Amino acid sequence: MTDIYEILRGKKNVDGNYQKQPVIVQGITGKYGSTHTKLMLDYGTNIVAGVTPGKAGQKFEDKIPIYDSVKDAVEATGAEISIVFVPAKFFLNAAKDALNSGIKLLVAIPEHVPIRDAMEVIELAKQKDAVMIGPNTPGVIVPGLIKVGIMPASPFSSGKVAVLSKSGTLLYEISNNLTSAGFGQNITIGIGGDPVNGTRMIDAFDMVKDDPELEAMVVVGEIGGDSEEILAQHIIDTGFKKPIVGYIAGRQAPKEKRMGHAGAIVMGTYGSAESKISMFAKANIPVAKRPGEVAVLLAGKMSSQ
Amino acid sequence: MRLLEYQAKELFKEFGIRTPPSISSTDIEKGRKDAKELGYPFVIKVQVPVGGRGKAGGIQKCNSDDEFELKYPQLLNMSIKGEKTRAILLEKMADIEKELYLSLFLNRSKRCYTIIASSEGGVEIESVKNQTIREVGLGDVDAQTAKEVANEIGLKDSQEEQFVEMLQKLSKLTIEKEAELAEINPLAILKDGTLMALDGKVMTDDNSNFRHEELQKYQEKSELEEQAEKSGFSLVELDGNIAVIGNGAGLVMSTFDLVTDNGGKPATFLDVGGGATTESVYEALTLISKMKRVKGILVNLYGGIVKTTTVAEAFIQAYDNNLIDLPVFARLMGTESDKAKEMLKDTKTKMFDSIEEAINGVVMEANK
Repeated sequence: MTDIYEILRGKKNVDGNYQKQPVIVQGITGKYGSTHTKLMLDYGTNIVAGVTPGKAGQKFEDKIPIYDSVKDAVEATGAEISIVFVPAKFFLNAAKDALNSGIKLLVAIPEHVPIRDAMEVIELAKQKDAVMIGPNTPGVIVPGLIKVGIMPASPFSSGKVAVLSKSGTLLYEISNNLTSAGFGQNITIGIGGDPVNGTRMIDAFDMVKDDPELEAMVVVGEIGGDSEEILAQHIIDTGFKKPIVGYIAGRQAPKEKRMGHAGAIVMGTYGSAESKISMFAKANIPVAKRPGEVAVLLAGKMSSQ
Repeated sequence: MRLLEYQAKELFKEFGIRTPPSISSTDIEKGRKDAKELGYPFVIKVQVPVGGRGKAGGIQKCNSDDEFELKYPQLLNMSIKGEKTRAILLEKMADIEKELYLSLFLNRSKRCYTIIASSEGGVEIESVKNQTIREVGLGDVDAQTAKEVANEIGLKDSQEEQFVEMLQKLSKLTIEKEAELAEINPLAILKDGTLMALDGKVMTDDNSNFRHEELQKYQEKSELEEQAEKSGFSLVELDGNIAVIGNGAGLVMSTFDLVTDNGGKPATFLDVGGGATTESVYEALTLISKMKRVKGILVNLYGGIVKTTTVAEAFIQAYDNNLIDLPVFARLMGTESDKAKEMLKDTKTKMFDSIEEAINGVVMEANK
């Protein structure tokens, strides 16, 4: 099992502090990539290199060296984290370049990546003992330390609650509510809204569940697929005891219509909100009716334990 | 995209999967010619992108010209679960001995294709208890696996061979066309002992459309949905009267749920997306202004990378150009929301601090 915490924040140094780990940006010169590179730098993320084929030797904002390939960037910097901003059509090649060059955590931002390409990358990641988050994810953030993603900084604060979410904006909305209610986050992971995810709900859960600093978890799901059901069963099977609160978007969505996310579609009963909510109930996870209710339910859960 | 039955059957034919003789049409002139060519009796089948059409009366037997003249227009003008008829398929009846079920679908959590087969077909698969489920990899289904599935649903000898061939062809179709689902239901055993696909459903991965020029002719979107896609946001049209707009699929779904919980009926699910600009939001408002049934607009934004002022600017332009005259109920949070609220202060937009209050307002307005 990949230790996502260690990849993101390293080991504690002699003073008891975590270390910012170096990050590469693929597609750093694109419109989207450059905007978010600046925002990640503002947050304090240690971006050490960019990759744009054909632009080797140039520098981003006069300070970050650009390379032609991830291989060159990794050789020069030793980074194990890469965030990808290339268009969906070019994603497969960019991801292969990263995984074949020793990247251990690949954060895949692009939306509209074909399922077949995503599955190919997942297969390669398994072989290389690496992890892909996404595609179509806002990324991952350890508040106060490192942001590898496109999420705004303001909703998040450092704390002890892990938030796992298929949706980006609901992640911001709910984290903001948690922050206001005094529940900072120890990590938040965007699963992504696509049908096939590099890091599934269950994988994300396994990545964070054993962190000694973790006190509670919030799971933000939505219609489509069965990753929430599988997670709930896994929580029952593993006997995980820390408080968990859920939210499921799309209770009222019509069947067989894609609701914005490629993965958000109910086929028959497969992927329905009812199925997810009833499995959460079996796992003793209360499900909020509205995003604003999550923090209230969490407070209740925590005080009853 | 979700293919209609006749489109799925065109793919079946291309991959050598046997189907009954059939011809599709969208008007009665062409239908009359098709009827002559096919010869009575046949069935008239409504083509809609939704299940349950048999129960809704969307499949009718037809024995004569008189019956045809009566039934064709009826079926052409019907709608099922809010979906209008897209086309009519005339199809020869098959002499059925038994109905089976077969599908291949993309198992999202296992990240592989999965076969579902059953000796009970012709009904929705969820209602069938007796299912054979086999996870297969990402490649073609091999003959051994196909044979095992055939045996499990009780097929032997010639029927086993025909089933193996059909499953392998379906697998080839699934992989080549990048389908998320390819279903034959019912898969009929005919009185003469041969196998035939009587109905078909195929859904392909929209994200792979750029690699499938050949499927573009099946692409079906309303004019509004098409314009929405061009502008980079996603739109689902519904038959209610409240236009729901927001940024991010999850947030819009959540808003949509709350509107419905509170007795409102959404007319749109409109996600302006992560890359929203003043122009694209203006475009979204232009689309909504064309939807005559809309009585109110509900806006729920969590400004992150997209600034709420970007969206507010689009509303101001829309008011200035008299594009919208509808009451707007908005809740703006996040980046620059104070500034956005200030900008919209003297307009027809009513601001609310919580989404619940905004929803109460718009539902009351729409139910007036």
